[in-house]
Amino acid sequence: MQHDAVTLWACASARAKAFALVAAVALGVFATLLVAAGKDPLKAYIDTLTYVFGNAYGFSELLVRMIPLMFTAVAAALPARIGLINVGAEGQLYMGAWLATAGALTFSDQPAFVLLPLLTVLGFVGGGVWALIAGVLRAMRLVNETISTLLLNYIAPLIVSYFIFGPWRSPETASYPQSPPFVDAARLPTFFHSRVHLGLLYALAAVALYGFVLTRTRFGLEMRAIGGNPEAARRLGIPIVRYVLIVMFAAGGVAGLAGMAEVAAIQGRLVSELSPGYGFIGFLVSWLAGTSPVGIVTMSFLFALISSVGDILQITQGLPYAVVNILMAVILFVVLGRQNSGSAAR
Amino acid sequence: MDSEPPLLEARGIAKRFGAVVANEVMHFSVHRGEVLGLLGENGAGKSTLAKILYGYYTPDAGEIFVDGKPVAIASPRDARALGIGMVFQNFTLIPALSVLDNVALFQKNLPAIVPRDAILDRMHHYAKRFHLAVDPWMPARQLAVGDQQKVEILKQLLAGARVLILDEPTKVLAPQESEGLFKTLGELRSEGLGIILITHKLREVLACADRICVMRQGRMAGVVGWREASEDNLLALMFGDKPIQPALPPLDAKRHDRGHSALQLIDVSTSGGNGATPLHDISIKLRSGETVGIAGVSGNGQRELGDLVLGLLRPQRGAKLLWDEDASRWSVAQVREAGVAAVPDDPLAHACIPGLTVRENLALGSGGRYHDGLGLDWQRLDADMNKSFARLGFPRPNFDARAGNLSGGNLQRVVLARELAHHPKLIVALYPTRGLDARSTVMVREQLRDMRDRGAAVLLISEDLDELFEISDRLIVLFRGVIAAEFLPENFRAETVGPFMVGAAEHANAA
Repeated sequence: MQHDAVTLWACASARAKAFALVAAVALGVFATLLVAAGKDPLKAYIDTLTYVFGNAYGFSELLVRMIPLMFTAVAAALPARIGLINVGAEGQLYMGAWLATAGALTFSDQPAFVLLPLLTVLGFVGGGVWALIAGVLRAMRLVNETISTLLLNYIAPLIVSYFIFGPWRSPETASYPQSPPFVDAARLPTFFHSRVHLGLLYALAAVALYGFVLTRTRFGLEMRAIGGNPEAARRLGIPIVRYVLIVMFAAGGVAGLAGMAEVAAIQGRLVSELSPGYGFIGFLVSWLAGTSPVGIVTMSFLFALISSVGDILQITQGLPYAVVNILMAVILFVVLGRQNSGSAAR
Repeated sequence: MDSEPPLLEARGIAKRFGAVVANEVMHFSVHRGEVLGLLGENGAGKSTLAKILYGYYTPDAGEIFVDGKPVAIASPRDARALGIGMVFQNFTLIPALSVLDNVALFQKNLPAIVPRDAILDRMHHYAKRFHLAVDPWMPARQLAVGDQQKVEILKQLLAGARVLILDEPTKVLAPQESEGLFKTLGELRSEGLGIILITHKLREVLACADRICVMRQGRMAGVVGWREASEDNLLALMFGDKPIQPALPPLDAKRHDRGHSALQLIDVSTSGGNGATPLHDISIKLRSGETVGIAGVSGNGQRELGDLVLGLLRPQRGAKLLWDEDASRWSVAQVREAGVAAVPDDPLAHACIPGLTVRENLALGSGGRYHDGLGLDWQRLDADMNKSFARLGFPRPNFDARAGNLSGGNLQRVVLARELAHHPKLIVALYPTRGLDARSTVMVREQLRDMRDRGAAVLLISEDLDELFEISDRLIVLFRGVIAAEFLPENFRAETVGPFMVGAAEHANAA
């Protein structure tokens, strides 16, 4: 329908404007900080842009960074639509990676066409079950899901650590705790001689599917109904408990795919420092994107770009990578400031 | 009282919201030692007038006098400084603070170091005199609604209020609590306060007001002293020249015997908790083609009875049968799927998702009726809903509008159109005409009768006795969660049914 196309276009252009404004203000404030630290912000930004857009490698690294962010953003956005707050994508990512690793090590003699679907399913189930714990506790009205998902974040990396220090410790690199490397058949295919891997397609598919389910299916309608007015939804016979369980499982599963992709494509083995906080950045991405699918992709792009700034500052100006946290915080403030105070206070 | 100027007087007040005239009040006054009932239908302008007196709205024209002197009230702060206090429908206590802190916070010129003991002393003093005892150390969030109201009144009294405006104070109270409130109001009157009691309930003004001002469509329709006041003349003032509804033809009594059982409650009891009224040993049999009316003062278990039938509340003891099947443990979805429709009293809170469009709201709760693959067949839904709106005689709203942008009455129409679209076999209507204009009210009542004539069973829960008398085949009175009495049409008279609604029947029988 033409009408739809027009509104879609209007939405997209409004979003692009908002995106540009947020980026400009945030980069401006951050530049002031860099100047105060005696660094040259202009050089840092130009270096970043030439690095990211000047050659294929830089851009491919940007895409690689976007992958886990898109996954974890969907993991936060999906529950948000039924009024649940999932801050546990980080832990779900670790558990997805853990179960995928279990599969890769156990079935290492299988061919790729068996292993890849298997790892995908295991990654999904690992993260999904982890989130489902919080879902069940919530459905039974025992523990608020925000608390439980947050706390589960602390447990998951410890489980991973136990396995790589213990049962799965690689004999070859005994000095360093990590699992043995995955067989080649268990590695996600990469494209264009870069580290860009199949996970990019998974992630884009996850975002697209998320958007489709929400806007085009009756499940999405019922989810939006629960998020919009749980009491009315209950009175209309919408099975809220079932939705809480399914949505938490699906959200955790998507975060688990991020973990699966990290071990099966980037690391090639299970390591302890799998994620530099992808789960938390993903939550931020989802929140800033207003849980819209297009917003999730653009905001993931922005945050991937920011991590590149961190790399560049580290390499060229000797600043610690952690300074990008300042930039992320500035962006958060800018976005908060743009929203009217009424909705932010809610 | 004749020589003394009124405590508070308003002359020539006018207030418009856009093109809508909300208030055009030539004269309004309240005297020392008087309870003034401000009576009128929903939307008659009572709250607007009160909010003008309290400085919440600025009138477009008019003068306000306190003790005979003209004053300018630009904000609630000004009003409080002049000794005018108001208790809103939604309380304004800070949940985390104690009762004492809430009261202290409201005092004029509170010193930097809060004089707790002095405030406590005064609180005890007022509490004893006016039956307003509340534990001063209790956090406001733990208070029952009735106690919250007491605190609201206390804090106004301590702040020096001489005129107290109460906006629909009994709406949130159980009947016993209302009696307590009226007792308090009586004590305050004898202390010389002027009290403005806003309500749409005739009973309340007849019970405790010295004078009754009746508002209609923003204007003062008349002022009646309590001696002259009667239900009839107040009703005439409230509704004015509204055309008398054509009496619906008498019900066809024979139909009863033909219908088979649609709903059967057998000795059902439910647990209370969370402010719910527990039901005790409720037995009701409702047949197809029959309307059973449930009468009672709000808060005597009507909502719980509705929830019980709809599957939102499960019987603790006893059984619920729908079409002779044990439905005690059915989910809401199962109950709706079986052909039960619900018309709730507060569509915005209980039946609509404000953030979704009208079309999306119409699709909710329709079971599998419009499933089309993963999505919904919107065209078929539109067609069905167009038909339903037409059949009900409601104007068709814009289906793409956000439901939250519709007025309360229009939203109720959307819910009715959705619920009655598929010829439900059992309709649970909870105050279905609350908030509707006169024309839509007639339409809804006709529709409910029509549904009944076509074989649906109707459970009509209402506070409006006229409505109940008009369309019920039988009437059941609920009082404190128990069936107090049951009536057949030949006994449908307010004076027969009324005593059972307030639990006064035992006395009547004894006499």
